[in-house]
Amino acid sequence: MADVLVVDGLDVTFELHESEVKAVSNLDFSLAEGETLAVVGESGSGKSQAFLSIMGLLARNGRASGRAMMGDVNLIGLPPSELDRYRGKDIAMIFQDPMTSLNPSLRLRTQLAEVLVRHQGYDNDKAYRAVIEMLERVGIPEPVKRANAYPHELSGGMRQRVMIAMALLCRPKILIADEPTTALDVTVQAQMLDLFKTLTNDFGTALVLITHDLGVVAGVADRMMVMYGGRCIEKGPTDNLFYDPRHPYTLGLLHSTPHVGKRAARLDPIQGLPPSLEHLPKGCAFHPRCAFRFERCFEERPPLLPVEDVREKACWYQGELKYGKVA
Amino acid sequence: MLDRTEDLLKVENLSKNFSISAGLFSRPFQLRALQDINFTVKRGETLGIVGESGCGKSTLGRCILQLLSPDEGKVLWLGQDISRLPEAEMRKKRRDLQIIFQDPLASLNPRMTVGEIIADPLKTLMPEVDAKGRRERVIKTMEAVGLLPEMINRYPHEFSGGQAQRIGIARALISEPKLIVCDEPVSALDVSIQAQILNLLSDLKERLGLTLIFISHNLSVVRHVSDRIMVLYLGRIVELAEGDDLYEDPKHPYTRALLTAVPIPDPKRARQRSIEGLVGEIPSPINQPSGCTFRTRCRFAQPRCAEKVPTLETLPDGRGVACIRWQEIELASGA
Repeated sequence: MADVLVVDGLDVTFELHESEVKAVSNLDFSLAEGETLAVVGESGSGKSQAFLSIMGLLARNGRASGRAMMGDVNLIGLPPSELDRYRGKDIAMIFQDPMTSLNPSLRLRTQLAEVLVRHQGYDNDKAYRAVIEMLERVGIPEPVKRANAYPHELSGGMRQRVMIAMALLCRPKILIADEPTTALDVTVQAQMLDLFKTLTNDFGTALVLITHDLGVVAGVADRMMVMYGGRCIEKGPTDNLFYDPRHPYTLGLLHSTPHVGKRAARLDPIQGLPPSLEHLPKGCAFHPRCAFRFERCFEERPPLLPVEDVREKACWYQGELKYGKVA
Repeated sequence: MLDRTEDLLKVENLSKNFSISAGLFSRPFQLRALQDINFTVKRGETLGIVGESGCGKSTLGRCILQLLSPDEGKVLWLGQDISRLPEAEMRKKRRDLQIIFQDPLASLNPRMTVGEIIADPLKTLMPEVDAKGRRERVIKTMEAVGLLPEMINRYPHEFSGGQAQRIGIARALISEPKLIVCDEPVSALDVSIQAQILNLLSDLKERLGLTLIFISHNLSVVRHVSDRIMVLYLGRIVELAEGDDLYEDPKHPYTRALLTAVPIPDPKRARQRSIEGLVGEIPSPINQPSGCTFRTRCRFAQPRCAEKVPTLETLPDGRGVACIRWQEIELASGA
């Protein structure tokens, strides 16, 4: 499969009053046509900022450097006028709260059709027909009637479907979904994840799923990338990371997640708190919370290196990861 | 030893409506938030309450604590109905009944120090404790929830979400309550912190002999903490059972559907499982379907389901199910 996005040495920095904070450091990854990549991490891990920077949506005090190649185009550093040729057309993004992403004063048909008129040069009639067809594809009942509604007239699940429809109107190569199901009820979440699977299959769209929920990842992602303190600390096929995690943080996340199928007496959480990006620990950013740390971890930051063929990790510890043994 | 057979709390035929104004000249709508709720909570147990948004789970928590007054029915605390108590009388009971909220930072007064926040309930609930006694209790409670006593003079914004939730827990614990209603206590927290708080709650429960009502939309979390679990749908109990029974052998079609929809953090199983499709979304609680309110989304629904509201039938193993077809469904699915 060809790569639709290749990110290389991506840094994101925010300027504060008297200091700078690095939210993303030296991120490398690629995204293949039609695959689903999950980006997993807790708040402040840099997972959202990395993709906002690729979309050119950083806050005004944010700066990105490095490369995010979509074909021959480096999206990083493109002026907004240039970016707009690709945003919404080749690469689209949806967010956690659909209400804040939709214009409350426009009927759905108006805001959806606009995308096609602008990017594809459709006339209004053709755009309207395409909108109705897409609303039907994402499972909105009575699409003709709903197209005339305003966003507040829909439920949260329906609004998220509308967002997905809008993002897919131009059949983008890449869809970035930032916590798309976090605000939804479980039954609606399950419907939505099914919808993602169907749509990425049908349209060949590559999906980036940014989430903190490992349960969501397990069902849909082909590969995953775990982030901590602004860096990728482990990356590889989903099954490998779930059944044989090699980074202590990945292992810790798996042990912190309650499982509906079994009732353990106690969870085995990671101790301590996630670091503040302003005061990242020296050496490995995870070492203060790590049960497997040794001297080297305090001083030297581990680089992301290949383990076996298909996976990478950033950790000095080479022994077996067994929980409960060390703690 | 705790007497785990004693009914600490008994809720009988509880209903709660909200009036929604529809404009100056129209009659207000009635939003039926809770209808005909009956259950007991035994001393020392954790009762989980699950359901989707709008099912009434938080309203129920607030009705138990009399933060909302129920329209009908009784809330019996150690045998005494507290739903009609004058405020002065109720205040005496509040020592025993406390609550932890979802958003830890929003539920802490930003202008009070941690010490003041945690001590605050004591001033109204236990006025007999003097300033020195309050400080001692605050420090003891901070230690119990894993906060360093030297943080006592800091303000809430200096804390992370997980630590702020520890402050919320300390505030609930300070009056030495018997029952704590935990309303989505870990939903706003990161996974690793969520696990720490869940462990803290179960430790405190064991150590202090607490009884918990644990409200959450997250079925994995509820399973983890609860002895018994109540499933709510549109303001009614559809199933109430021991945790293992409910999760391993759900009887109500809604419980079954809900459980198959829970994301499983296990890729192979996640790929294999089939979701027992729920059609559509929850109807509006203002305009509820006749008969069984779940029938509009139920794949087992039949015309007779529209006729009357199913009662919560108690099975021999003690579980309650509100579905007229649960036995047929069980046979049909070969369980």
